[in-house]
Amino acid sequence: MDFLTRDVLVLTFAALMGISIMAYVILDGYDLGVGVLLPRATGHDRDQMIHSIAPFWDANETWLVLGAGILLVAFPIAHGIILNATYLAVLAMLIGLILRGVSFELRVKAPTHRLELWNRMFAIGSATAGLAQGFMLGHFVVAFRDDAASLLFAALVAPCVLSAYTLMGASWLVLKTEGDLQHRAARWGHQALWLTALGIVLVSLATPAVSPRIFARWFSLDRIIIMSPIPLVVTGTVIWLSRWFKQFNADEHDHRAWIPFTLSMGLFLLSGLGLAYSTFPYVVIDQLTIWDAAASTPTLKMVLMGVVVVLPPIILYSAFSYRIFKGKSTHLSEA
Amino acid sequence: MDATILSRVQFAANISFHIIFPTISIGLAWFLVYIREQADRHPNTVWDTAFRFWVKVFALTFAFGVVSGVTMSFQFGTNWPGFMKTVGAVAGPLLAYEVLSAFFLEATFLGIMLFGQNKVSPAIYKLSVWLVAGGTTLSLFWILVLNSWMHTPAGFVIEEGKVVATDWWAIIFNPSMPYRTIHMILASAATSSFFMMGISAYRWLLGERGEDVQKILRLAAAVAAVVMPLQIVAGDFHGLNTHEHQPAKLAAMEGVWHTESKVPLLLFALPDEQNQVNHYEIKIPQLASLIITHSLDGEIRGLDEFPNAHPPVLPVFWGFRIMVGSGLLMLVLAWGAVWMLRKQKPIPDLLMRILVPATFIGWIPTLAGWYTTEIGRQPFLVTGVLRTADALGQVGGTTLFGSLTAYLVLYAILLGVYVTTVFHMARTGAKLAVPHSESFSHTVAG
Repeated sequence: MDFLTRDVLVLTFAALMGISIMAYVILDGYDLGVGVLLPRATGHDRDQMIHSIAPFWDANETWLVLGAGILLVAFPIAHGIILNATYLAVLAMLIGLILRGVSFELRVKAPTHRLELWNRMFAIGSATAGLAQGFMLGHFVVAFRDDAASLLFAALVAPCVLSAYTLMGASWLVLKTEGDLQHRAARWGHQALWLTALGIVLVSLATPAVSPRIFARWFSLDRIIIMSPIPLVVTGTVIWLSRWFKQFNADEHDHRAWIPFTLSMGLFLLSGLGLAYSTFPYVVIDQLTIWDAAASTPTLKMVLMGVVVVLPPIILYSAFSYRIFKGKSTHLSEA
Repeated sequence: MDATILSRVQFAANISFHIIFPTISIGLAWFLVYIREQADRHPNTVWDTAFRFWVKVFALTFAFGVVSGVTMSFQFGTNWPGFMKTVGAVAGPLLAYEVLSAFFLEATFLGIMLFGQNKVSPAIYKLSVWLVAGGTTLSLFWILVLNSWMHTPAGFVIEEGKVVATDWWAIIFNPSMPYRTIHMILASAATSSFFMMGISAYRWLLGERGEDVQKILRLAAAVAAVVMPLQIVAGDFHGLNTHEHQPAKLAAMEGVWHTESKVPLLLFALPDEQNQVNHYEIKIPQLASLIITHSLDGEIRGLDEFPNAHPPVLPVFWGFRIMVGSGLLMLVLAWGAVWMLRKQKPIPDLLMRILVPATFIGWIPTLAGWYTTEIGRQPFLVTGVLRTADALGQVGGTTLFGSLTAYLVLYAILLGVYVTTVFHMARTGAKLAVPHSESFSHTVAG
């Protein structure tokens, strides 16, 4: 395995971590988004919304464990620094995820008069987790500085990320539901779009402002030309999404209900790509590179072996699960 | 307050809150495999009804295990960064293997198990039930490999203060791994058996005396009656292993201050760390020597041989006694239950009234055992390699105190919610076991 030089290994794990984080924010993003939207629906629609995510949420959340796991295992120094710097946000996120996860079960299994309580906990848990993750992203972008302006910026990014999750959730509901709920989901998606766009703009402007290195990377003449498609495509996608949601009519457009979810996913991927381009090879901006943070070569090799063997089946059976539950989730029922 | 103590208390609180759920769900997953097999072999019988009820209890328990497990995976790094820094070469791959091989498997097929019965063939459905059980057990395996390695590390060298893995076979099959893994699997089997007996007994007393309730009662009682003696044997072997590899822990468990042979078994004592003696001893001569060395005058090394490197004696000594005591009580209960279920017709209410409060009895020896073994490893995080105090993070005492309080409050509430919900499910058991889409109708009310 001579081709597995240290450079190749470190890059591979950086890519794997990026993929896990993207998979997490997209997949649990739509779960959390549906959770945030829950209070805006009533009665039976709420059950429909929960049914649409019930078979998936647990596996979706596992991508967070994998992403954080790769950070812990492959970049242990970065894990220590990042989780220390974001200790309280992580605490809030975990408490949010705990509330969300148990509410899933408790809303149908606890006494009926407690249903409203657990619906509320479900929404609060989802929102808390989304906000905390947004705060962590914002804090990451300002290199974990602790001055008031940096913290304020992180606090601004938080609702934007939550809004992006809401967009994912609404798009998911357009895909998985029908009738009145589907209609309202399109409206929710439209509303969530603008704060999402603001978030993308905020982070895009902040990263070069925080780091001259990132500024140079985006705004030198040759780079501008190569990289200009990313902001252009993002802008185009936002406009397309906005028009789609606005004109949505269930009778005519349902057969293309996959479009908003795909476009929202595209937005996430492009944003992720842009952020990766800005920060590479830093895992803590301008302080710690993936090369310095990486675990020893034998450790990386050992973990990679497991990844190579196990990741393809994971992707296969995940796809299998999504195929089983494809189509509208209206008639889903528990065993 | 001291950050080391706060960090330890927080991690202990988290891991204690976590372990009680997998201890039920791993065993329950295998009960569900058996019930599913029976249901497929005898279609349209009470096995189907039983499956529908217990799969929901499983889902609830599993969800609690997942959310507390995710929290734990973050606390490795937030509370003990020195752990990964020093032994990451071993701990990293083992944790990664757990996530990769077990977490996705159980999570994905749980979705199919809970919601896919109408959407996949019976064969695929049954396979999902098997894979969920397999996934939970695989997860147990990897985490116990890592935990055992922390107790009895092997297959490594230390270079520049860090552990370097040299022999993965030796790391995985480290000296205490087989004993610890079997001990934990049996603990889960016993805990879940009593759990199922307790819930079924509760349903029985409420007048729900259908054949499904009786079948599960008998099944769980039989499993408990077989598992408890096996667990005692496994515990004995584990003790021999501790005697060989972690003598300081064993000395604390038995309250042996000075190396001696013909060691008595202490039924009761108050170990006094300062004066290195036990007060108020009640003892059986030579029995500890017999149990630990399988010889009446076997030698047990005393705590005095491990200056500054032995655990606090009192919690280890008593943790061990609570584990053994409650384990023996479970043995008596299990055998008594089997005997009464077989011999006495109709099933006596008295037995049911005893089993209900014993629903969660398995948590007692499980937690007491874990406290014994984990406190017994102190002052080390990894025996002989890394001291707990050296693995501590930089999070300040005040922050830790705040997060600890938040976790404790949340866990206390959730534990109460879990227990009451389980009994609520038992009360509405018949409704929960209604097939398919009707089962959601009672939620529409909101």
